[in-house]
Amino acid sequence: MKKILFSILITSVFLFPNLLSATPDRGALLSMSCAACHGTDGKSPGAMPSLYGKSSKYIESSMLSFLHGKRKGTVMNRIAKGYSEKDIKLIANYFGQLSNK
Amino acid sequence: MNKGLMKKINRRNFAKIIGSAGLASTLGMPSLVFGASKKVVVVGGGFGGATAAKYLRKLDSSIDVTLVEPNPTYYTCPFSNTVLGGIKDMSEIAHGYGAMKNKHGVRVIHAKAKNVNSNSKTVTLDNGRKLDFDRAIVSPGVDLRFDSMEGYSQTATDKMPHSWKAGPQTALLRRQLENMRNGGTVLICPPGNPFRCPPGPYERTSLIAHYLKTHKPKSKIIILDAKEKFSKQSLFMSGWDLHYGDLIEWRAGTAGGKISRVDPQNMQVETEFGMEKGDVINFIPAQHAGKVARDSGLTNKKGWCPVNQVTFESTLQPGIHVIGDASIAGKMPKSGFSANSQGKVAAAAIVSELAGQEPIEPSYANTCYSLITPEHGISVAKVYKISDKKTIVGVKGSGGVSPKNEDPIVRRQEAIYTQGWYDAIVQDMFA
Repeated sequence: MKKILFSILITSVFLFPNLLSATPDRGALLSMSCAACHGTDGKSPGAMPSLYGKSSKYIESSMLSFLHGKRKGTVMNRIAKGYSEKDIKLIANYFGQLSNK
Repeated sequence: MNKGLMKKINRRNFAKIIGSAGLASTLGMPSLVFGASKKVVVVGGGFGGATAAKYLRKLDSSIDVTLVEPNPTYYTCPFSNTVLGGIKDMSEIAHGYGAMKNKHGVRVIHAKAKNVNSNSKTVTLDNGRKLDFDRAIVSPGVDLRFDSMEGYSQTATDKMPHSWKAGPQTALLRRQLENMRNGGTVLICPPGNPFRCPPGPYERTSLIAHYLKTHKPKSKIIILDAKEKFSKQSLFMSGWDLHYGDLIEWRAGTAGGKISRVDPQNMQVETEFGMEKGDVINFIPAQHAGKVARDSGLTNKKGWCPVNQVTFESTLQPGIHVIGDASIAGKMPKSGFSANSQGKVAAAAIVSELAGQEPIEPSYANTCYSLITPEHGISVAKVYKISDKKTIVGVKGSGGVSPKNEDPIVRRQEAIYTQGWYDAIVQDMFA
């Protein structure tokens, strides 16, 4: 019985990922803002850099550099100042997990 | 999982359920396995509505989403100024709803929504059809106020195009500019606040000036402004000095810019200092929320839609969320980017609501690029949060405009990113 229950659970998670996490978390919500310039799921179709495929570590350190004025940008230096270090970690983890990096 | 449900799901049924669920998801249809799916109807397929419809399905594919939009082709207001400047063709700002249907499993109905009713939870279309919903999102954009200026009317727009909704009006103004003589005068008349796309009239001025400078250099542009100042003003004005010299003249409201009457028959407008004639006149009237919002009791006395700024649910009609230019969104400007941002927050709030959970604390953003020439881009950006008073405020220290006196290389980079932004946001809405 336990075995069947377990397999149902696993299959359900596989088929209906929304059943377990029906609602988006704050990391996902924060990251959705990025898509308007960097493309849906961070996959940029044009001149903007893609976030998809970048590691959490890379995104976090880039954003922190922009936030603390250590990296000059055209607009990201201004945008990064809108987020706390905690927000930045959530965003970085979100995109890192999307592409398993 | 309780015992009752376990009994119902014996091995054979289980295989059936998994099979049908697999089939359903292959077809991109909402899953009907665990009870009736929740219905959301989105009215308006622009920057707010298209984004909301796509993200609703992306966040929870069990939700049944219908998008109601009259036009099968959507022309974006952003980049319509590049068409006016002869840099791009109309076809480059045209987008369809193919991916919305085929890739995201959104039901798209090309009809006009007449009314959205909070009590009966139905949207009534102009063909009489009614659509039921658990939640609705209304993203109607703006309508022009024909009553806001003496002498102005719907027919006046044939002579004096507003071109403030992209499409035939954009093509008309472009034709008028092409037909104008070298040495002609273009009048551009922006409205008072609030209005759609605050930097729009000034980017338009820039790109029309780019066209005139190249093709009709004896011509001039006079901006007759209802306002005393405008968005990214010092960046625009220093850019105009740099590229266009005295081809552009801007008159503030109190310096003779304010218009009291338009006269389309004689192609002139009345200012405090007398009549001003134009060979081409782009009169941009005052605006209010789109008709369906006004007809559904969603607007206040001023014609805009008050909402709970955490969820964008109307404070007047429960169960209906209003996003984009029509909504009153605290400190956020009426821009395509804002509408996109609000569409995502409203979609997330509805997913939470339908799951019986509290909405997550939202975060909003806006980045607006403008072109002064095809190689000189400027931007304004801001990140927004919810204040203690539950209104949208800018995050202190975030955003702002491009620096003054910046190197031309950076201006060129920003022009490249202007295109990059456009490519990304239309993908985020339509692909």
